[in-house]
Amino acid sequence: MAYHIPEDYYYTKEHEWAQVDENIVTVGITEFAQTQLGEVVYVDLPEEGQKVTQGTSFGVVESVKAVSDLYCPVSGTVIEVNTTLMDDPASLNDDPINQGWLVRIEMDSEKELANLMRAPEYKKLIADK
Amino acid sequence: MQRTPLYNDHVKLNAKIVEFAGWEMPIQYSGLKEEHLNVRKNVGLFDVSHMGEIRVKGPHAIKTLQWLTTNNVEALEKGQAQYSLLPNSDGGLVDDIIVYCLEKNSDYLVCVNASNEKKDWEHFQKNNQGAELINESSAWGQIAVQGPKAQELIEKVTGIKASAMKPFQTQSMKWQGSELIFASTGYTGEKGGEIFIESSSTSKLWNQLLEKGQDLGVLPIGLGARDTLRTEMKYSLYGHEINDVSNPYEAGLGWVIKPAAKDFLGKTPIVTRKEQGLTRSLIGFKTIERGIPRQDYTLHDLAGNKIGFVTSGTHSPSLDAAIGIGYVQTQFSNLSTEITVDIRGKKIKSIVCKTPFINN
Repeated sequence: MAYHIPEDYYYTKEHEWAQVDENIVTVGITEFAQTQLGEVVYVDLPEEGQKVTQGTSFGVVESVKAVSDLYCPVSGTVIEVNTTLMDDPASLNDDPINQGWLVRIEMDSEKELANLMRAPEYKKLIADK
Repeated sequence: MQRTPLYNDHVKLNAKIVEFAGWEMPIQYSGLKEEHLNVRKNVGLFDVSHMGEIRVKGPHAIKTLQWLTTNNVEALEKGQAQYSLLPNSDGGLVDDIIVYCLEKNSDYLVCVNASNEKKDWEHFQKNNQGAELINESSAWGQIAVQGPKAQELIEKVTGIKASAMKPFQTQSMKWQGSELIFASTGYTGEKGGEIFIESSSTSKLWNQLLEKGQDLGVLPIGLGARDTLRTEMKYSLYGHEINDVSNPYEAGLGWVIKPAAKDFLGKTPIVTRKEQGLTRSLIGFKTIERGIPRQDYTLHDLAGNKIGFVTSGTHSPSLDAAIGIGYVQTQFSNLSTEITVDIRGKKIKSIVCKTPFINN
């Protein structure tokens, strides 16, 4: 299966993507992640202003069957939350890369980006699955 | 890892395969929600070949089953089936089962959970009261056909008039040269039944059901939807609602305990606990605030005190709402009692509701 994996995004090994625009990072889950999850029926996200830490859980997505933690690609402060997902969690399945973004984070340090994967490396990761 | 006779068919159907109780099983095909709703609306096929079958035969068959199970096997006539439990000597449960009477007094088939098959087989051998025991688990495939159009499909393919049968009846026949036992039982709350068929013919039957069911809207259904369908009915699943320390009265299964009719393993501890007064009971609840309850989440009263725990929880595709099953202290089990479920540290308001969760 061919997944849409934008070249300019960063990726976590837990299948989140991070799109960096100066110090603002938009976070979502990858197409691979949504395929594995199945139909998303519930999304739990942090509130604006909340501090988050790289590599720790900042929310969950649930399919009918399972609960999956969301892991933060960078440390910082949540400045915007995609509240439309609360009412329409299925849009995460339809367009995880764009409409299905989860949160925007004001990043503390861009040095942390070095801990993330770029597209070629992430493609290799999911090729083994 | 074991595979059912339908493994290759699942792969052909593009199923997502997962490990379940040592078996490679389809968890979903087209999508859990679609499959679930299709069983409620049309008809679905389930591969349940992983379930175990223990044959109990001979002059001491009835004595053995009466001792090992809680329901009254004497009451079963040829062609009838009954839901029952295998208690342990401490009054907990080894498994929940269905007993099929193939020949009164001398020939019974016991269908057991895949996850408990090895344990149950040892339990039967250890506590046998002189019956001839045969583990036929690998000899049989099993296909469940469930939904409002299931009876029509079963008749089309096997000729059995399923619509003329009451629930929990069986019919044996030769189907295209193979042994077939049809039972009007199921795990979804829908019409239809479960078909035991010789392993070598299971794939042939599966494919004929799929082909001849096209115009009825048949779909193959994975274990994911099997679980949400049974949860909407509040049917027990071993390892969730019941386990080796469960009291069947607390689990709401008192209707299959027949202490007046007979003696059985674990009878004294089971009955004593009821006589002393049950301290908890199994309830169904819906969340009022957003959140999905899951197994082992804790249940609380409105003051925050822990009053129980969740045994099963999911998003109900039929209701498009979060539902849960759990044990609570008996004083919180009345309908409409407000409780909370702790979901990742947040107390989510919920209400005890009537079950089954759906009107069927």
